[in-house]
Amino acid sequence: MTAQPGSALKRQSLWKEIKRNRVAYAYISPFFILFIIFGLFPIISGLYISFFRWDGMGPMRWRGIDNYTRLFTDPTFLKALGNTFIIGLIAHIPILGGGLVLAHLLNGTYVKGQNLFRTVYFLPMVTSAVAITIVFSSMFGYNFGLVNYFLSLLGIERIDWLGGVGAHIKPAIIIMFSWKWIGWNMVIYLAGMQGISNDIFEAATIDGARPSQVFFRITLPLLKPIILFTLIQSTIGMMNLYTEPVILTDQMGGTRNMGLTVMMYLLNKAPRGNNIYGLASATAYVITIIVIIISLLLNRAFYERSHLEKEARRRRRAGRIV
Amino acid sequence: MNYLPWLIAVLAVLGLVYLSRRSRLVSQTLLYGFLGLLALVMVLPFFWMFVLSTHLTSDIFSNPPPFWFGGNLMANFQAMNEAVSVGRSFLNSLLVSSAHTALVLLFCSMGGYAFSVYDFPGKKTLFAILLATMMIPGIAGIIPWFFLITKLGWINNFLALIIPGAANAFGIFWMRQYCQNNVPTSLMEAAKIDGCPEWSIFFRVVAPILLPAYSALGIMQFVGVWNDFMVPMLVLRDTNMRTLPIMLSYMRGDPTRGTNVGALMLASTLTVLPLLIAFLSASKYFMSGLTAGAIKE
Repeated sequence: MTAQPGSALKRQSLWKEIKRNRVAYAYISPFFILFIIFGLFPIISGLYISFFRWDGMGPMRWRGIDNYTRLFTDPTFLKALGNTFIIGLIAHIPILGGGLVLAHLLNGTYVKGQNLFRTVYFLPMVTSAVAITIVFSSMFGYNFGLVNYFLSLLGIERIDWLGGVGAHIKPAIIIMFSWKWIGWNMVIYLAGMQGISNDIFEAATIDGARPSQVFFRITLPLLKPIILFTLIQSTIGMMNLYTEPVILTDQMGGTRNMGLTVMMYLLNKAPRGNNIYGLASATAYVITIIVIIISLLLNRAFYERSHLEKEARRRRRAGRIV
Repeated sequence: MNYLPWLIAVLAVLGLVYLSRRSRLVSQTLLYGFLGLLALVMVLPFFWMFVLSTHLTSDIFSNPPPFWFGGNLMANFQAMNEAVSVGRSFLNSLLVSSAHTALVLLFCSMGGYAFSVYDFPGKKTLFAILLATMMIPGIAGIIPWFFLITKLGWINNFLALIIPGAANAFGIFWMRQYCQNNVPTSLMEAAKIDGCPEWSIFFRVVAPILLPAYSALGIMQFVGVWNDFMVPMLVLRDTNMRTLPIMLSYMRGDPTRGTNVGALMLASTLTVLPLLIAFLSASKYFMSGLTAGAIKE
């Protein structure tokens, strides 16, 4: 009973506090309003739509999980999923590995003219994907493309990058994608490396560590959280891959759908083409769930590692004290 | 196939690696050679785009392909203007990108400022929600999002590109980090005691301090909208409403004319060049801002 007046007083003062800070609420309100309208509402109703058969105009007919089963029995979708995974897995190697190596080389004092190199490697990031894909599709031309010309100078036979049986469509996409994103990851890693105290690097160098040792023993372990961040970011990027393959090939990903990604599949269903909105929404949810699962797995892999390391460090320290 | 050249190449690489451990000259040459070659690879597509935009299609389809500027820039310019209205698209892109960027800067700096300076009930929860929204892939709602835009009457309307992302979580987060490190609370309290109203404190005292953060976030947002293809493709149907990337994709896909590669390359150049020039002229500042902002995450 004694708590009653106290909580009433508290409520009153809380209300006063809120009123006093109304400007702050006004300042943050645009984000929350826009997020509820253009973020939360579509995401929730997307799940709802994915259980219906709907052409976008007529009545919606309940289909349960039919859309999902239909998706996973559609060979075109499975092909698109496979393509996306293959492109993603292979492209991660140059993008993340290369980005790390470049960041390492361009950090510290190994190289003169660091800023020039950094800027040049970052250039692709400020260019329009459509424009640059058009340039690449001309570079990948069979008869008069630049790439084949250089290959012929090396004595290698011409490659039919975008045609033929479609075997080289994925490599073409991967090359273009790596070209574009390596600089972005380099910048993120550079930012992370600048967060590492210089004393550590200096101490290691004084102790006679070679650059490669510094990289593997110091930089890499300390960058772990940032590597995880870029991995998750580029996983999302891969699952959203759309513009480059569409411009490089066509709506269907070229010969035998070799360049078809899940995002292209989704937009081909609706709203770009066939008006199969339920199925399209189910595709969107499958993509989302895949992204979430991969992120969780990555998180777990990274977290458990670092947990073990913490344990080991604690034991070592305890041993020293004893 | 003859494997001998490959064998020699591999042996040469191994030899160089061995030498580079012994001699500083060799290792330095290798390092700069590698970085320089990669820089060439990065620049080559741009250079080729510029070169091709000065050649006629018939010259482009020849062997070897042209490596240096030709004299048909004006011819390509005419062909391009007959095919599409570049000026119109350019203005569209400029309008959409500027309006979106201006709104983002306003809303995100307001939000970031509120989260960093004020101490209001529910702040922690709201900020946690804000961070959580960054983890949700927006793609899940793309179909209802499209319907919402249709219902709002925003098909063929630039508002569809300007409004929905106008206050984004990342921007608020970024601005909050910057405010925490750069806006002194004493300054605001002094202004408050002097009887300066709250909104006036924000616009007169805080906003000028935030200028460096504005420029970094602004460039990122502007570049993103200028280059966006997917959303405008879904939303803008009218010929007069096309932004530059949409215009490019139509120009390339127009089967009645046959592709005029030279004109297409010129249009691509005009799409890429403004941002390229802007980035290069501000690169030193922008690159350091990008890396500096990320440290504090």
